Amino acid sequence: MQDAEGSAPPVRAAISLGAIVAIAVLLAAASYAALVVAPTERTMGLIQRIFYFHVPSAWTGFIAFFFVAFASVAFLRTRRPKWDRLAVSSAEVGVACFTIVLITGPIWAHPVWGIWWTWDWRLTSTLVLWLLYISYLILRMMVDDPERRAVVAAVFGIFASLDVPLVYFSIWFFRTQHPQPVIGDGGHLDSRMAWVLMLCWAAVLAVMAVLIRVRVRLEALRAEVDALRMRGSGTSR
Amino acid sequence: MQNLGSLAVAYIAVWGVFCGYLFTVSRRLARLEGELRRLKGAGK
Repeated sequence: MQDAEGSAPPVRAAISLGAIVAIAVLLAAASYAALVVAPTERTMGLIQRIFYFHVPSAWTGFIAFFFVAFASVAFLRTRRPKWDRLAVSSAEVGVACFTIVLITGPIWAHPVWGIWWTWDWRLTSTLVLWLLYISYLILRMMVDDPERRAVVAAVFGIFASLDVPLVYFSIWFFRTQHPQPVIGDGGHLDSRMAWVLMLCWAAVLAVMAVLIRVRVRLEALRAEVDALRMRGSGTSR
Repeated sequence: MQNLGSLAVAYIAVWGVFCGYLFTVSRRLARLEGELRRLKGAGK
């Protein structure tokens, strides 16, 4: 399908229709598995099903913020714009993932803990992490010069990533209200629950990949528009 | 069926954040593509 001027719709130009449909089906299947296929947890009941998107969103957000740190270091070393584009795209997608974590967490906590929020290490460091990357995005809006913006953002992106291990390891280092891990060394998870968790994580990872790809395309387009504007203002003088 | 409402809100939030974000990126892309066409047209 094309618009009146013969070009594909914007998102379709960055990713094929088949991929969009495949990811929508995967996300729908993951939601069905989380809501219907996974067994109901004995003590928490239905509300525990939030787990299947709360945890994968956090893991995916960590990966997105790792991309920010990696791309920021790569930009400072090479000064190639493609790394800056990846950094800002990953930061936005990471913020989206942690927005889900910060919305679903309190909804889950209220019936289970009896409170929406507590200022313990895990919750507070997660909120700080989200605020740091919101600041990163605001900072980018405040610097007009593209070269300077990329350098300042890269330095801030590396600084912000220092909070990621603090969030991740806070439940081991400090006494927190937040539960200990249920997979890996820290605990045991029913095999069907683990299977559904992995399916949901695959779905969220696929969504992250699409969103980063589309967002990178947006940055590339913005750079092209900025270059044309500069050229236009140069020739009009 | 306790907490069914809260569970629904959480899942709507998950889908809402992803779809809302894709929608805003799509709108920004459409605006930039329009701007690019206009600038290329003006340059001819």
